[in-house]
Amino acid sequence: MSRIGVFVCHCGTNIGGIVNVPEVVEAAKAMPLVAYADENKYTCSEVGQGSIRDAIREQKLDRVVVAACSPRMHENTFRKTVATAGLNPYLLEIANLREHCSWVHSDSKKATAKAIDHVRMAVAKVARHESLFPKQVGLTKRALVIGGGITGIQAALDIASAGHEVVLVEKEPSVGGRMSQLDKTFPTLDCSACILTPKMVDVAQHPNITLLSYSEVKEVRGFVGNFEVDILKKAKMVDHKTCTGCGTCWQKCPEKVTSEFDLGLGQRTAIYIPFAQAVPNKPVIDMENCRYQKYLKWTQTEEGKKPPECRICEKLCPTKSIAWEQQEEIVTEKFGALVVATGFKTFDHSVYGEYGAGRYPDVISSLQLERLMSAAGPTEGEVLRPSDNTHPKNIVFIQCVGSRDDKVGRPYCSKVCCMYTAKHAIMLKEHDPEVQCYVFYIDIRAGGKDFEEFARRAQDESGAVYLRGRVSQIYQDGKTLKVLGEDSLIGRPVEIDADLVVLATGMEASEDADRLAQTLHISYNIYNFLIEAHPKLRPVETQTDGVFVAGAAVGPRDIPDCVAHGSAAAAKVIGLLSQDSLTTDPLTAIVAPMKCVGCFACKAVCPFNAIEEQTTRDGRIIASVNESLCKGCGLCVVACRPGAINLRGFTNQQLLSEVMTLVRR
Amino acid sequence: MVESDHSSKVGARTYSYYPGCSLHGTAAEYDISTQLVCQKLGIELRELEEWVCCGASAAHSTDHLLSLALPAHTLKQAEEKGLPLAVPCAMCFSRLRTTIHEIKNKDTLNLVNSAIGKELGEPVAVESMLQMLADESISLPVTKPLNGLKVACYYGCLLARPPEVVGIDDAENPQTMERLLVRLGAEAIDWGLKTTCCGAGVAFPRLDIVLKLSHRLLSLAQKSGADCVAVACPMCHANLDMYQKDMIAKFGQKTKLPVIYFTQLMGLALGFSPKELLLDKHLTDPLPMLREKELA
Repeated sequence: MSRIGVFVCHCGTNIGGIVNVPEVVEAAKAMPLVAYADENKYTCSEVGQGSIRDAIREQKLDRVVVAACSPRMHENTFRKTVATAGLNPYLLEIANLREHCSWVHSDSKKATAKAIDHVRMAVAKVARHESLFPKQVGLTKRALVIGGGITGIQAALDIASAGHEVVLVEKEPSVGGRMSQLDKTFPTLDCSACILTPKMVDVAQHPNITLLSYSEVKEVRGFVGNFEVDILKKAKMVDHKTCTGCGTCWQKCPEKVTSEFDLGLGQRTAIYIPFAQAVPNKPVIDMENCRYQKYLKWTQTEEGKKPPECRICEKLCPTKSIAWEQQEEIVTEKFGALVVATGFKTFDHSVYGEYGAGRYPDVISSLQLERLMSAAGPTEGEVLRPSDNTHPKNIVFIQCVGSRDDKVGRPYCSKVCCMYTAKHAIMLKEHDPEVQCYVFYIDIRAGGKDFEEFARRAQDESGAVYLRGRVSQIYQDGKTLKVLGEDSLIGRPVEIDADLVVLATGMEASEDADRLAQTLHISYNIYNFLIEAHPKLRPVETQTDGVFVAGAAVGPRDIPDCVAHGSAAAAKVIGLLSQDSLTTDPLTAIVAPMKCVGCFACKAVCPFNAIEEQTTRDGRIIASVNESLCKGCGLCVVACRPGAINLRGFTNQQLLSEVMTLVRR
Repeated sequence: MVESDHSSKVGARTYSYYPGCSLHGTAAEYDISTQLVCQKLGIELRELEEWVCCGASAAHSTDHLLSLALPAHTLKQAEEKGLPLAVPCAMCFSRLRTTIHEIKNKDTLNLVNSAIGKELGEPVAVESMLQMLADESISLPVTKPLNGLKVACYYGCLLARPPEVVGIDDAENPQTMERLLVRLGAEAIDWGLKTTCCGAGVAFPRLDIVLKLSHRLLSLAQKSGADCVAVACPMCHANLDMYQKDMIAKFGQKTKLPVIYFTQLMGLALGFSPKELLLDKHLTDPLPMLREKELA
């Protein structure tokens, strides 16, 4: 016979203010198998927990019901409490008298009756609880960081510095991400390259970091501590082991194409590094545009004019590193933890017909302006109009392009645009004192350390005119761009003759973010931003153990936020990898082999790929649960037609006895 | 067997026709040129016998229900004929399409039904004359291509907006009229004000505003190299054509810019004479320019 103890909590006045706690205690004492019942002002306090421990020892209790707040809040707390008194931590049940009762009811009498029912159910359930024991599994002490922007770089460096091996995968030919395209950073006006490039070099030189540039994650299998990842290494056509990065090839390559890094404002060669400070500082060949590749294609059909065979890079390379035979390959590596830091891309403003839909060369995006302002950019830092290479004097900025706009399906705020526009207004005035900036805005969102002061500086010191309202139309009138908008503070239309219009384009999830999330079994929202396990309390964890998220892949973030989240994810990985084995949660599904008919309805519904096939000694193929993957959601239990699957801690028998005790009351 | 009635035989391109008040008055040249062009292209237009005014700005700025009931009355007639409805006037078109859009709401439909004393069924397709004639499956027997004529195509507000009601290819930079005129041999210039307001009915209380807005349109069209502006709206035509003298007085615009209905340009290319197309009716005379281009 069980001896159950019931501990009813007042939770200050949270429960006690509505529920008559002494009445619940008296009712509990009369319930079958209850040997002891008591109340506490705050059961979670040291005094409250002590009273549970004492009662277990003195009253020889073997099961405990705590009637208090939600199990999401303190189940773990009380499991530890009963464990210190010598009980198995799973011989505990929580009756939620706060969220499910006192907080949602106002009639004291009825609430007390309901509270008694909650306790009655918990008592009936805990009587059928069994001792459960977590298992230990081994783990691979290596981490994979996906994405080589500032977030991924920070995470990789932190994990590596703690002594763990890290593989950093970057899909572009160089690490650096969006930050490497920026000129200065707000609100300190630090040179972006000056603070980023040393970190990029650190990544390349760190003995614990393997950098796989020009590579992508294709498949992920396994579970926390034991992931197996297929990584596609795209063909660089250059042997990076022997290449010294001398630069002869990209200086001499005759094929010029539009530079992705300079967003169409500059050119690069077919064999290229994306920018001068690239890491690795070794080139790849763009096979779409390489002249030799075009020649090889021509030899297959011999149609049209014969292109030159070229191969100039090969002829000039002093280390014979051009590797025409290179093929893309997939490598499979093992990891204990993954960090997803795939960042963002900027909104494509061509959907805005009223801003010219990309037709006007002097209507540019803010990231394009960054390239024009950058000393390493296509104009070497001289801000010139793309149409005629003259210096713009009247410059109009439009905020919230692809942000806070339901019409284009982007209702969210991109968070950084108000600040980078203020930065642009300040910098442009410094570049050329004759410049006059106008900023059309909805609100100025300057929440952050030194941000408000910075936005004021753009107006007070740099003389930028801030106009609250949206622009309805831009049209080209000769060399001038006519900008028609509204100043909603004076309630009048305004018309500005601009030389250059800069659109503050918002942040979007990066290409393929949804595919990667599906591969990793992590959630993403309708905008393809990844979803963290808890937006406040678990900001870098995901619903999949061992997979962490960081940076702008989760949502619009600025550089300091990205760095902080990169480090936060690293801290979680380091904590995970510091263990020698992992403890699994025993609240998982379990298959009764004799009842299972091998229909695998369970496998079809399992969101975590936890159902595996197992062959019994008599040759039947039945389901079994991989306890490392199982989250205990219970879907398989419901799907199982022969009733072969049960969920530990929530067995059919336990749940049914809860229901029956209500029915028989 | 039922004898088929030849007089009402419906061809592949037979439309009910709703000219609206303007085309029976100040925009007679739009009406005449439309009828000529359609005749030439084998499109039969059957004018609704008892159409009423669409209400235009007057109705929708004073009484919402009236602004729906007037077009609904015409829609009901069109529904009884069972033919798609072709509408040259941009304002009429906008009011008809808006009415169809709004009576998707059941409560609004009931109100409108009680106002007109009839039950509206499934409305017929309502097309602007521009959309109808720009259909590329219609072959154009061009006898006098508009070679060398640079046209600024102007849509105004109502043919382009709201996009979900009028269903144009692109509300900010439409190409419907451009594609049509290019097929006739003309050159469509690119300019940025093709869907920007001319001032419309504001001419009556505040002519200064119309002069400012219309002048901005014409001067940009001229600066962009246009020989003329092509329009598909009687209101736009009136503002742009009629007030050029006032604009010159106020803003000192150098030369005048002819404003021509797109159907008149079509008519020219299809071989009709300027006289037949009433091209001599405009206040800003297009004939000298057309003669210079050897089109008249």
